[in-house]
Amino acid sequence: MSRSASLRVSLGFIALAMVCLAFGDFEISTHDPWQELGRIFLGLIAPDFAAVDFLGEAILRTLAFAFVGVGLGAAGGFLLALLFRHLWVRTFCAVVRAIHELFWALIFLQFFGLHPLTGVLAIAIPYAGIFAKVYAEILDESDPQPAHTLPRGTDHVSGLVYTRLAQAWPHVVSYTAYRLECGLRSSAVLGFVGMPTLGFYLESAFAQGAYGSVGALLILFYLLIGTLRWWVRPRLLPLYLIAAPFLLGTGLPIVWSNVSRFFTQDIVPAPLRNGEGLEGLIPWLGNLLVNQALPGIWNTLLLTQIALVLTGILAMALFPLISHHFTGRHGTGRLKGMLGHIVLVVMRSTPELLLAFILLQLWGPSMLPAVAALALHNGGIIAHLVGQRSNQITLRQDAPRGIDRYAYEVAPRVYGPFLALLFYRWEIIMRETAILGILGITTLGFYVDSAIQEIRFDRAMVLILITALLNIGVDILARRLRNYLRLRHSINRQSC
Amino acid sequence: MQSLALQDAVADYGATRVLGPLSLTIDPGERIALVGKSGVGKSSLLSVMYAQWRDREATLLPQDLGLVPTLSVFHNVYMGGLARHRAWYNLATLLRPFHRDRQTIQPLLERLGLGDKARSPCGELSGGQRQRVAAARAIHQGGGILLADEPVSALDGPQAEVVMQMLVDAFPTAVLAMHDLDLALRYCNRVLGIHDGGIVIDQPSDRLTTNDLMPLY
Repeated sequence: MSRSASLRVSLGFIALAMVCLAFGDFEISTHDPWQELGRIFLGLIAPDFAAVDFLGEAILRTLAFAFVGVGLGAAGGFLLALLFRHLWVRTFCAVVRAIHELFWALIFLQFFGLHPLTGVLAIAIPYAGIFAKVYAEILDESDPQPAHTLPRGTDHVSGLVYTRLAQAWPHVVSYTAYRLECGLRSSAVLGFVGMPTLGFYLESAFAQGAYGSVGALLILFYLLIGTLRWWVRPRLLPLYLIAAPFLLGTGLPIVWSNVSRFFTQDIVPAPLRNGEGLEGLIPWLGNLLVNQALPGIWNTLLLTQIALVLTGILAMALFPLISHHFTGRHGTGRLKGMLGHIVLVVMRSTPELLLAFILLQLWGPSMLPAVAALALHNGGIIAHLVGQRSNQITLRQDAPRGIDRYAYEVAPRVYGPFLALLFYRWEIIMRETAILGILGITTLGFYVDSAIQEIRFDRAMVLILITALLNIGVDILARRLRNYLRLRHSINRQSC
Repeated sequence: MQSLALQDAVADYGATRVLGPLSLTIDPGERIALVGKSGVGKSSLLSVMYAQWRDREATLLPQDLGLVPTLSVFHNVYMGGLARHRAWYNLATLLRPFHRDRQTIQPLLERLGLGDKARSPCGELSGGQRQRVAAARAIHQGGGILLADEPVSALDGPQAEVVMQMLVDAFPTAVLAMHDLDLALRYCNRVLGIHDGGIVIDQPSDRLTTNDLMPLY
């Protein structure tokens, strides 16, 4: 039953994506898209590492923001996880994690300005919401029996640490380490709104046409993420965490009057600020909804659905790259597997926003760069996880080879986990789709960004809230679908 | 320690009654063996007792042991004594055990044949080794009465004898669910035969032979 149901659901999603395709705008508007691509490739092949200060600064700041942000997020998330049984904590966490890091950055920029605090909080706050949820799940999964046998009179802290936390610890560590990788990407992307991290340097290198520097920056970033497991060691971690706050740079000082003005004036809806009361507020809201929110929502949904299906197709097509059922396990097979890994590492380490930014330079503004960027990044992640999953399967010795092996032996076995992962990423893809608007694609982020440019923070806040609600809605829908298809989620908690 | 009593105790599993109502008094110095087919409610009876007597220093040694697989053997045993120390002391012990605790726990592990395992994570041990760690934890915990569910089910002859002897030495008063009737009769002084959720045999063990208990099975 589950198979036919998942087939029906899959076909439904594909049909919906086709319909969306008809409504979208996918034109390549640039004059000579391939020449630009050629230049970037040239930059990757012949990177220019000459500007050492500039590269070193970009990498150092990216690392520092990631460590401080993720560290604070993990600490806050852990405390929230202990209170996660309260509805208000769960709601609070759902809202803060439904708002993208960059939206948080855009908000904090308005009153902290280009101070390091803006970047740190932009990572720490949404991450705390995610950490709280996942840590709470991990703690809940621990065996209750040890706590049951504790001697009477054991204090709460010891009881928690010795029983639930001790069991959950390896999972907490591996999840936190995984989030650190996400944190590096988030940190890099914060550069696009002015933080001194990788994205900032990349944007300026692009603007100057310094493709050698672009190549060098990208290669360094891939190396950083590809070698994460060698340089992020439990014993070194305290050292990094202590050093990171001192390496954030100084930025610009905070002007505290801006902070108070933001809360008391800027975000108060204009009609209320001008004393028009409720009569003014309703047309203001209606206007905002019809002219900005609805077109934004429509485009966001359109793009999300297309990107979701394309992500799925790409993931199912690419996972054999790292599956030893297809690459072989020995000799050249290992080499092939390694190459496959590199391809997928590059795909998943490139943040959507960065990819979209590059593709936008190539193809001009339309939905195409956004869809391609989302599908490449998310497809890379899911292909990686599905490939890992397929490596746990043992095939009989006389199993068919080639395409038959794919179609009859492996694909049917990984399809359930694949769908579970894809539905997990649904919400993430939507969050990313919304944020891609700040590059000029007319999703919700575009309207948020324009409202901020026009210094209408009241509108921006309403639009950000709408985006958050949309994300929460999709998350609930995805959970329903997973339950309907009985997809177990124990495989992984990937979410960035 | 005063006598412990259960009055009309019952245990339900969903809508079905698996135990009771039954009443029972345990005097200090009584070591009671619970015998009977699996599924007749021995574990339920132990749970009821633990729920009732937890505040009176009852120590539980459950069938699934309640060990923390990610912690070392030392720490799992030390957990029996968590209530005797302050939180900061317990947290410091997690990072690095104090000498005096090591000196208390190491001999216990030696006697149980686990002397070289103190630093191994419990998750890496065999079933028999784990069962001995749980016994060590119960002994380290001490307390007025031991409630143990099949404490030696995974151990072979000589090891089972060692563990039983250590348990009865540490706890003069105990209730032990046992499937090995011979061990039950030798190490306990009172036998309760359970059948259909009720007590059908209640005799001093020196008046019983294993043959008298066979009808329960």
